[in-house]
Amino acid sequence: MSGELIRLAELSMAYDGETVLDNINLNIKDREFLTLLGPSGCGKTTTLRIIGGFEAPTAGDVYFDGVRINNLPPYKRRVNTVFQKYALFPHLNVYENVAFGLRISKVREAEIARRVGESLELVGLAGYDRRRVHQLSGGQQQRVAIARAVVNRPQVLLLDEPLGALDLKLRKEMQTELKAIQQQVGITFVYVTHDQEEALTMSDTVVVMNKGIIMQVGTPMDIYNEPINAFVADFIGESNIITGVMHSDYHVEFASAQWECVDTGFDPHQNVDVVIRPEDIRLTNPENAPISGVVKSVTFKGVHYESKIEQGDIEWTVHSTAAPVPGTRVGISLTPEDLHIMDKPEEFRNPAAASRESDVLAEEEGTEGGVW
Amino acid sequence: MKAARRGLIGAIGLFLYAPIFVLIVFSFNASKSQMVWGGFTLSWYGDLFRDNLVLSSLYTTLSIGVLASALSSVIGTAAAIGFHAMRRKPRGVCLQVNNIPVVNPDIITGVSFRLLFVVFLSLFAAIGLDLQLGFVSLLLAHMSFCIPYVILSVLPKLGQMGANVYEAALDLGAHPLAALRKAVLPEIMPGVVSGFIISFTLSIDDFMISYFTSGTAVQTLPVTIYSMTRKRISPEINALSTIMFLSVLLLLILVNVLQSKDTKKHKRT
Repeated sequence: MSGELIRLAELSMAYDGETVLDNINLNIKDREFLTLLGPSGCGKTTTLRIIGGFEAPTAGDVYFDGVRINNLPPYKRRVNTVFQKYALFPHLNVYENVAFGLRISKVREAEIARRVGESLELVGLAGYDRRRVHQLSGGQQQRVAIARAVVNRPQVLLLDEPLGALDLKLRKEMQTELKAIQQQVGITFVYVTHDQEEALTMSDTVVVMNKGIIMQVGTPMDIYNEPINAFVADFIGESNIITGVMHSDYHVEFASAQWECVDTGFDPHQNVDVVIRPEDIRLTNPENAPISGVVKSVTFKGVHYESKIEQGDIEWTVHSTAAPVPGTRVGISLTPEDLHIMDKPEEFRNPAAASRESDVLAEEEGTEGGVW
Repeated sequence: MKAARRGLIGAIGLFLYAPIFVLIVFSFNASKSQMVWGGFTLSWYGDLFRDNLVLSSLYTTLSIGVLASALSSVIGTAAAIGFHAMRRKPRGVCLQVNNIPVVNPDIITGVSFRLLFVVFLSLFAAIGLDLQLGFVSLLLAHMSFCIPYVILSVLPKLGQMGANVYEAALDLGAHPLAALRKAVLPEIMPGVVSGFIISFTLSIDDFMISYFTSGTAVQTLPVTIYSMTRKRISPEINALSTIMFLSVLLLLILVNVLQSKDTKKHKRT
């Protein structure tokens, strides 16, 4: 991983006056695996299509290797795309599909044969040259799409939810394989997904997006362990998000109790979100814990049990290896490290704060859908 | 019950095809009479191919047919690609407009074309160009009723085409025209071919519009047949009609074979 390869500067996009991207700033480093992660309609695919050259931003600039490429058409960019629905050419066989880009750039026949062979081997489809596209399974078609893009030796590969149509087991296999391919060819991958697990597994850098805004950029570990706000925390894995008051440094009140924490630097008595991962909570005897609640339900999830515990108007989600008994009272025990204290982002936590921003966001939410 | 049903189907078939059957039979009738069978002969077919009026009309019909359907295929395919790329609302409007010539009575199309051409001819006459209704006016009129059918047969193919196929070609370095030619056109080709064949059959059997737009110098076969029946009723017409019927039938069978082959291919995917 070295210098910056792509830079998005103050990028905005609107369709018919409807804001899809709002002032995106992002640096993509050479040879990194960067994932754009977010719920549908968050603008991640639009960002990818702008990098690919299929859409022009309504405002802002795209730089590639320091050169502004806003108006460069897709066929002149050193970028290739793997589309969500493969977009293979059904009238061509596997070999000709992969050779398509090389034939366009008039590469010699011997060279084409060598490079197509290499690419098909890279994706594990050696010997499939003469197959028709419709004779392949979904997973195999996806591999052809990857080979067809990689064979052109782009500097950046854009992948738009490429594993979305595959079943769970195949998806897991392909995750590992994609990461291996990326390391083998040594190019930048920009990957779009709404699956947080996929993002955490494969990426060097994760960009969490929501409603056309970048929420957080960081390594998978940063994003998981230090989510910047309740949205990111909730989107990256399940979380208990509880409103609290930060009375002073190291001292927070929530769920009708006073807690010691490791966070500092908030205003005195500031309203905050306290984020607690379900797996960090320990269930104890009610007498030994600062707070307690009633077990409402227990669901077996394979590796762990997921329990819902009711404490007043708070419903706790807890992951534990032992199953609590439904209907009984249990204690909820937390250490200072388990508490992640975050600023309350007003626009989606507090509807009473009728700022201009929250109006815009509400509007977007209402009109979402048509463009996607 | 089953026998009754079969009988009914047979009766309907007889009703539909008896006239054509009689026509074909009488094209081989040695007698000039429309009612008496005078023995088998091929002489009417021979006469037909010695009749200059019929031959020149046949030539006009075929050349108009080929030219009109070829030009319509190109223009219609381009239009269909344009429609397909539109957003839903404007596309709906365009499709409705496209359907107007399809449902409009031929006689109205014919009369209005004649009016339009006459207006243009007088405009040309005003600047000293003395033009007549003829080949070009016929060709334009035929293209106008063929293009909507090409669009209607190409659009579904574009719909079946995978999303992003065009973009994928651009992404792999193809210029827009190359992307259309190498990625999109092969996908929609069956639609273009059936559009061409439908246009050709429509063009060669059109009477109404040709009648109003052909003028006196150039005539298509149907118009010639019509004027022949007004002068004298000759069995030559039976022979000519038989040939036309069989040619159109052949083309229709070809279209169906092509289309069924295409659906089979899509079922496999």
